[in-house]
Amino acid sequence: MKQYDAIVIGGGHNGLVTAAYLARAKKSVLVLERRPRVGGAAVTEEIFPGFKFSVFSYVVSLLRPEIIRDLDLPRHGLHILPLESTVTPMENGDYLAAWGDHDETRRELYRHSPRDAEAYDEYGRLMHFMAQAVKPILGMVPPDPTSFAPTDLFALLKLGKHFRGLGAERLHALVKLMTMSSADFLDEWFETDVLKATKSASGIIGTFLGPRSPGTAYVLLHHYMGELDGVFRAWGFAKGGTGAVSESIASAARAFGAEIRCDAGVAKVLVRNGRATGVVLENGDELEARTVASSLDPRRTFLQLLEPDHLPPEFVADIRRFKFRGSSGKVNLALDALPSFTCMPGIGRQHRGAFSISPSLDYVERAYDDAKYGEFSRRPYMDIVFPSMIDPGMAPPGKHVMSIFVQYAPYHLNGGWTDAKREAFGDAVVNTVESFAPGFKSQILHRQVITPRDIERITGLTEGNIFAGELALHQLFFLRPAPGWAKFATPVRGYYQCGSGTHPGGGIMGASGRLAAMRILKDGA
Amino acid sequence: MSLRTTPFHPRTGPLSEGQAWRRWAGYVVASSYELSHDREYHAIRNSAALFDVSPLYKYLVTGRDAARLLDHVVTRNIGKAKVGQVLYTPWCDNEGKQIDDGTISVLGEQTFRMTSADPTLRWLHLNASGLDVTIQDVSEPTAAVSLQGPSSREILQIAAERDLSALKYFRLTSAKIRGIPVTISRTGYTGDLGFEVWVDASQAVPLWDALIETGTPYGITPAGMLALDVARIEAGLLLIEVDYFSSRHALIESQKSSPLELGLGWTVATDKERYNGQAALDAERKRGPAWQFTGLTVDWDSLEQLYADVGLPPRLPSQAWRTSVPIYDRGGHNQLGYATSGGWSPLLKRYMALAHLGSAHAPGTEVRMEVTVEHHRKQAKAHVTPLPFFNPERKRGGGGA
Repeated sequence: MKQYDAIVIGGGHNGLVTAAYLARAKKSVLVLERRPRVGGAAVTEEIFPGFKFSVFSYVVSLLRPEIIRDLDLPRHGLHILPLESTVTPMENGDYLAAWGDHDETRRELYRHSPRDAEAYDEYGRLMHFMAQAVKPILGMVPPDPTSFAPTDLFALLKLGKHFRGLGAERLHALVKLMTMSSADFLDEWFETDVLKATKSASGIIGTFLGPRSPGTAYVLLHHYMGELDGVFRAWGFAKGGTGAVSESIASAARAFGAEIRCDAGVAKVLVRNGRATGVVLENGDELEARTVASSLDPRRTFLQLLEPDHLPPEFVADIRRFKFRGSSGKVNLALDALPSFTCMPGIGRQHRGAFSISPSLDYVERAYDDAKYGEFSRRPYMDIVFPSMIDPGMAPPGKHVMSIFVQYAPYHLNGGWTDAKREAFGDAVVNTVESFAPGFKSQILHRQVITPRDIERITGLTEGNIFAGELALHQLFFLRPAPGWAKFATPVRGYYQCGSGTHPGGGIMGASGRLAAMRILKDGA
Repeated sequence: MSLRTTPFHPRTGPLSEGQAWRRWAGYVVASSYELSHDREYHAIRNSAALFDVSPLYKYLVTGRDAARLLDHVVTRNIGKAKVGQVLYTPWCDNEGKQIDDGTISVLGEQTFRMTSADPTLRWLHLNASGLDVTIQDVSEPTAAVSLQGPSSREILQIAAERDLSALKYFRLTSAKIRGIPVTISRTGYTGDLGFEVWVDASQAVPLWDALIETGTPYGITPAGMLALDVARIEAGLLLIEVDYFSSRHALIESQKSSPLELGLGWTVATDKERYNGQAALDAERKRGPAWQFTGLTVDWDSLEQLYADVGLPPRLPSQAWRTSVPIYDRGGHNQLGYATSGGWSPLLKRYMALAHLGSAHAPGTEVRMEVTVEHHRKQAKAHVTPLPFFNPERKRGGGGA
């Protein structure tokens, strides 16, 4: 039987990145994907004839430019298009808009608060510095602060020097970001409620926290990071949807010689004498490899694919404690025509950016209140984009697709998710949009509603957490996914983790997959 | 405006959000219509960008000796060209130094349309003595738009109500768009799937309206020169007065270049009778050109480090630049040549430049490019990269691409 240098479990973007880097280093690599297509949560599917949906993940902000360059992804079809604006409709019929042009945004903000218009620049400057301060960490294998190994000490020393070099003011700001709630942090800067609500919304995405929960300020920063690289643009949209990102990485991996097998779910990782030796597929086939890397989330990587006796009990306990708590849903719509919003009537450039349904801090916090007690938000926070306005190929000419990211939809819903509950959730979403854009419901040709249960069922992400584990402070950096095991290796020799559940995790970033591949190569796979 | 506006100006004028115009051959055309050229750039690679390219100089060359004249002037073999073909070609002085570059459309056995960046009427007349040929300057009466991008074919097919999938790269056809007679050539300056539409100036506005109306559901986007400049660098296409000087404008010998030094060796025919510069070019080909025109990719980590040294994140040019920048060897002391255009590719996420280097430096060679970081001259690591930087299959591909 053929023995591969490496088998990668899971053909999501991180698994594919790992495979591509290993294949690029001339390793024989096999990717095993359970579904009929690669992509994991970054897939484009034609759910309704002629209309293409980025079914789950829908925007790209943090895909590492070095990955784009190293793997020559544009040659394999990757094109990331800018999403330039955000419009927040308010409940009084007004709006708050952030446009691509700085002066235009400042003037818009001035309309709401001359003071905030000025603070906005200073805030942007600080966040820029903060993102710059944190950015090196993204590209770094997390050192273990309790270790005395020379590599850890060296990395810690470097990190310490880096943070000392920030200066007092920025270090203080960083500590605040690490500890405060996004609402409190933004309160220190701004007085305009709708501005704070819209900014704070990015701090709650993918977490089971509200804007007033401590720790959410950090996620604000996580979302600023994209701005540093891709040259000046925070959010982008992949031509062809997020599936095109996965497809381009898969194509690059194949070009380097990797083999990708779909409809090939892995049942177990084979372990002999404490060392991974291959995998058993769900159909019973056994495949051998010198190295096995799992891009699945930590719970499935360790508790499902391995027998518990292969792992130290403390580690198993840590993984069991790792929090998922999926809190987001998705509604994808095929539209006959674009909706006109009361706050900015007509069809125009506003449809080329995002609409944020976050009219006030209370609105967003109340949406969380529902979820805290086990219900989906009756009036949820939503991030709406029209992908067909950016890439017309996503829908038939003149028709449109609408992507609605919704929070909150708790995984653990009172009474559990049923088909009826899913439709009720979809109704809540559509009715809320209708309240800001009357007549919108009559333009819907097809509706796809996705709950955290559906995310889990289809993609395998535990509890439907879009980040393969909550992006909470206690689950980041050298704690992701568990203390002592944040460096992509696992307690089983030859078995590695390469998914979003490892540092730095989250978003279509690919950094976990790349760092894991580096680690595997360093260990001499 | 004391400069001329193009026949499309009644439509392009009101589109300009920031009144950003650029001079081109005595006309003004949009630098960008929106405040930033970002979206216009992305339209080239994502959907379809519509450029007003009317300022190009255009000449209609007709008569029994028309092909003979052109064959004598340019370096490509016109005698072998078929009706319906378009040839990209440079032309040279007698020393084989490049005067200009442009296209020749073979409209009929004895009918050719030549485009150029500089006025060429006098040069054509100088070469035409004793020949049975008529040369007309049709620059003003002929308007042109360029529709570039992956959706360009689909839009034109609907507008012209005919299948264009058989129209090959660098071929042309006549067609009607809403009753307006046009010539459609599969040409452009973006290195993408794209077409140029040639029309009588009096019909320019209705043609524009027809294209915009048809193209809107496909994401057609009027675009200006800033967006075009980024795309043409990605495509490795050179620009006169920027990447090379016309030998007729050069003040000193070293400012001149031959097509062989500009990466245009493929356009210099080896199978035709006497033409301007032939002897010099034959000799140069034999001994090998001293210079090459090539791509450079600036090493990101190196650039980032230069900025990190002064405590800044990397700054990249938000527009393509057009200045001469020294290129050194990896030791940083010996100058190997100079870059003439450069910029950040939003698509490729690469900092790219077009450069003149001694011909010895093969692809992959590590060099240093001068960059100014916080007022200080630094050198960033870069690698010699073959052109083009971006070359999608759809550029030459058939229908359905």
